[in-house]
Amino acid sequence: MDTTTALFYVFSAVLLAASFRVITARSTVHAALFLVLAFFSAACIWMLLRAEFLAIALVLVYVGAVMVLFLFVVMMLDINSDGFREGFWKHLPVAGAVGAVIALEMALVLMRGFHLTQAPVPTAKAVEMGNTRLLGIEIYTNYLYPLQIAAVLLLVAIVAAIALTLRARKDSRRIDPSEQVRARKADRVRIVKMPPASEPPAPGGQGGGGA
Amino acid sequence: MLGPITLGHYLSLGGILFALSVIGIFLNRRNLIVLLMAIELMLLAVNLNFVAFSHYLGDMDGQVFVFFILTVAAAESAIGLAILVVLFRNRASINVEELDELKG
Repeated sequence: MDTTTALFYVFSAVLLAASFRVITARSTVHAALFLVLAFFSAACIWMLLRAEFLAIALVLVYVGAVMVLFLFVVMMLDINSDGFREGFWKHLPVAGAVGAVIALEMALVLMRGFHLTQAPVPTAKAVEMGNTRLLGIEIYTNYLYPLQIAAVLLLVAIVAAIALTLRARKDSRRIDPSEQVRARKADRVRIVKMPPASEPPAPGGQGGGGA
Repeated sequence: MLGPITLGHYLSLGGILFALSVIGIFLNRRNLIVLLMAIELMLLAVNLNFVAFSHYLGDMDGQVFVFFILTVAAAESAIGLAILVVLFRNRASINVEELDELKG
């Protein structure tokens, strides 16, 4: 058993244990932290597969951004977690059976069909250039157009997330400057023509009736 | 048993991970945040398969696809969490069982 094999089993064990804890953890914060561990082990496995750029990107994007966002939301919302575990044990047999069937079926298909033990030996040029550069060349030549679409997708995600969560403060006293500039004299001062109030009192009592 | 690592080992690992996250969706049907985490785990399992195929077949296209899946997953979780925050503001709860306004 060489080092790569041993490392594969270690990382896989950590990955599976961490993901098991993600779905069974009692506290949501613990679940998020175990998910970080799972992503990190997955990044290590990708390193074994010589996908260095994606491994680093997984750690940066997921552990650095997405999981921090998750933790941020979990801690920001004051979640009452009383009712969440209700039905946990009731659903366990069905869930376990479905999961076991899925895993068994996949393993039956996969372990028989895919016995590639050796990756093709990379060419000298590929070794010299490295994974990151190869991926970059591939993305920026053959996949340039999909890359632009992905960028637009991220922009849409930003706008949507901000538009969803933005709310105007009720106690804000901000004044729109363009409204101030556009104000005319007539909006501020109203000149009212009034007849002189020195009318002679009408004869017969009922004094203040007129005007 | 512990021979050299084949493509099947990586694919089986991805399969087990996917099955675990399906179990997680069954078990945590009430907690919306854990549901989102289980979906992230599923995407991770799929990405693992893509990377394994890319390595063993000597084709970079699989890794490019993982790149795009990561992009979509990041956008998905950002919008999902934004919806979650708005939901919590309006209902003061993220329990899925209580979100039954649209009685179907």
